[in-house]
Amino acid sequence: MVKLHKRRNFIKTAGASGAVTLFAPYVKTSISAGRLNLGLWDHWIPGANDVLEKIVVTWGKNNGVDIKIDFITSVGNKLLLTAQAESRAKTGHDVFSLPTWFSSMFKSRLEPIDDVVEDIINKHGPLLDSAKFYAYLDGHWRGAPAPTGSFFDSMVSRLDLFKEHANMDLKDIFPDSSLRDQSLVDAWTYDAFLIAAEKLHLAGKSFGGTIGATPDSRWLSAMFASFGAELVNKEGEITVDSDEVREVLEYLIKFTKFMPDSVYAWDDASNNRWLISGEGSSIINPASAWAVAKRDNPEIAKQLWHHDLPRGPKGRYRPDNSQFWGIWSFANNKSAAKDLLRYMSERSVVEECVRASQGYDIPLVISHFKGNKTWEDANPPDGTLYNYPMRGDEIPVAPGYPAPPEIASQITTQYIISNLIARITSKGDSINKGIKWAENELEGVMRG
Amino acid sequence: MKLNNLYLWIRQKPRIAFLMCLPLILMVACLIIYPFFYSIFLATLNKAETKFVGIDNFLFLFKRETFWLVVQQSIIFALVAVLFKALIGFVAAHSINELPSKGQRKWRGMLLIPWVIPPALSTLGWWWLFEPTYSALNWILDKLSIDAIPWLSETFWARFSIILVNIWVGAPFFLIMYLAALKSIPEDLYEASAIDGANYWQKLFYITLPMMKNIISITILFSIIVTFANFDIVRVLTRGGPIDTTHLFATYAFRVGIESGDIPLGAAVSLFMFPVLAVLSFIILRNVRKRANEV
Repeated sequence: MVKLHKRRNFIKTAGASGAVTLFAPYVKTSISAGRLNLGLWDHWIPGANDVLEKIVVTWGKNNGVDIKIDFITSVGNKLLLTAQAESRAKTGHDVFSLPTWFSSMFKSRLEPIDDVVEDIINKHGPLLDSAKFYAYLDGHWRGAPAPTGSFFDSMVSRLDLFKEHANMDLKDIFPDSSLRDQSLVDAWTYDAFLIAAEKLHLAGKSFGGTIGATPDSRWLSAMFASFGAELVNKEGEITVDSDEVREVLEYLIKFTKFMPDSVYAWDDASNNRWLISGEGSSIINPASAWAVAKRDNPEIAKQLWHHDLPRGPKGRYRPDNSQFWGIWSFANNKSAAKDLLRYMSERSVVEECVRASQGYDIPLVISHFKGNKTWEDANPPDGTLYNYPMRGDEIPVAPGYPAPPEIASQITTQYIISNLIARITSKGDSINKGIKWAENELEGVMRG
Repeated sequence: MKLNNLYLWIRQKPRIAFLMCLPLILMVACLIIYPFFYSIFLATLNKAETKFVGIDNFLFLFKRETFWLVVQQSIIFALVAVLFKALIGFVAAHSINELPSKGQRKWRGMLLIPWVIPPALSTLGWWWLFEPTYSALNWILDKLSIDAIPWLSETFWARFSIILVNIWVGAPFFLIMYLAALKSIPEDLYEASAIDGANYWQKLFYITLPMMKNIISITILFSIIVTFANFDIVRVLTRGGPIDTTHLFATYAFRVGIESGDIPLGAAVSLFMFPVLAVLSFIILRNVRKRANEV
């Protein structure tokens, strides 16, 4: 009897379990996820890819996910071409790197990942405002913070040349500690920069920044923002014909006289070469120029100091270049991809990546770059990267801001700002003629 | 029995010819015809590719100043480059043809080198010569106390540079075609004209050029098509700059379509080449056919 009772109980239990197994909703987790293909941006800094690969592969092993990573260079736009090909063919990687405007360009082919980003924000705190501008589109997050590839363009200047020719001690103005003399910082304006640029130019050691059709021309967007000069406003209206735009263009007519003539043909590497070779006194760039100088020209590297950009009439802005990881809408393994994205925003992961990039990478989660010692410890010279993450009153700005992201991306990728400036400062067009040209181009980028 | 019939059916000349051409036909269909019609389809969509807009993209381009600049540049680039390629190729072919046959192979081989190196690679070599800040050519000019030339940063010189590199890459093609044509002219025509007292120029204008007319036409047509559609030289040297003044149709289409993500407009830009080249091809090939019939 007891036996029979036990057998009945067993049958009941087994039946119930079977029913539960059959009808329960299938929750796919990364434990059961199988395979995950990642198309990731190929880092400039030697060794950074290896560290990232190790982190992702270890996560995969711990969660039963086979990881395959392709590091894709952005040289020659290969990353963009791959993204275009995959988005059109609707096949390829599951997770893909999304530098700056990729989220906007491919938003219809990217999985909304509000749940992932909300989890990250809930756990680690808010992201940079500019990150939201890039990746929060039409009410949905299309990208989560990437552990590598985001950076700011700080000024990278020669301590010796600024002291000798411009009579400025950059370490006094921007020390490697929180003890800034605010009056000195306040005096670092675009007018002061113009005076310094002239002196350095006369000494044969000009400031260098591209005014060509290349992404490094985003320093000009920061300058426009500092003067309050907008090409298209928040509402998507063309506002290039304004006093602020005229003011910044008049400033640039004076300023470009103290730059090398070749800047109109510079590519992304030209400013780095300009500084590392010893020809130039200052550029606006991430920490890569200094990292390469350490290897190729250590004597120059010892004199390089990263610091804030000048302040304009409407504030002090720094070019922001945020990078995200997104999940294609056609990805085979969205569940595992989401888990990975959450994991890659863990503080320990981000710290390891920042260390591997020698401080080049700037975390998009604000709490992650607060307290990170990588930038404080970098040398030579001691403290050179302290001010590479923003420490003062700078505001990160995406190129094309404040236009809506879809329009700002077009302004950037068609290089309307640098072409407008080149028309006036190199070709000799009047400001009015340049603005008329820009209006025509802007009508073009705003087509539906 | 059936197999035997099939074997006989296949062995008939037109069929075997068709079967042997089939791989090529399939390749052309997949890689040329399908993309061509697909790009026409794309060019009729709105920016988000969600709505049919007919020819709106083309009409939109007509209103763009930069587009007309691209049209103007493409024409200047193609005409100037092809003219110089044809002239240099003609002179070089004549010069080589005059050499003793033993020395010809060596010169032919050397002069063909620019044409056989992948253009993206050789253009990178040129880029180092023109580099905006550390140009090797400017270094030489500096040693000769001559002012540096803004090879890539000023419109005139940037256009000059891309045309120069295109001529350097493309002239050997003309050379080899013209040399083949020169070799095919019967020697007795020149001997007869020499007996009649014809000088060098008379031989050139009354024998050489008429005998080469068809080859010259076809070579120029082919070169115009290739030059018009050039991408790599501009992409490597100037990326269309400064101020968009070296963009060609292909590089501008890439800028608008791929880099800016407006694929329909990019497709519309690239399709503009088609009617221009189709009309040109029709005219030149009609003349070639007419001359062939006359012969």
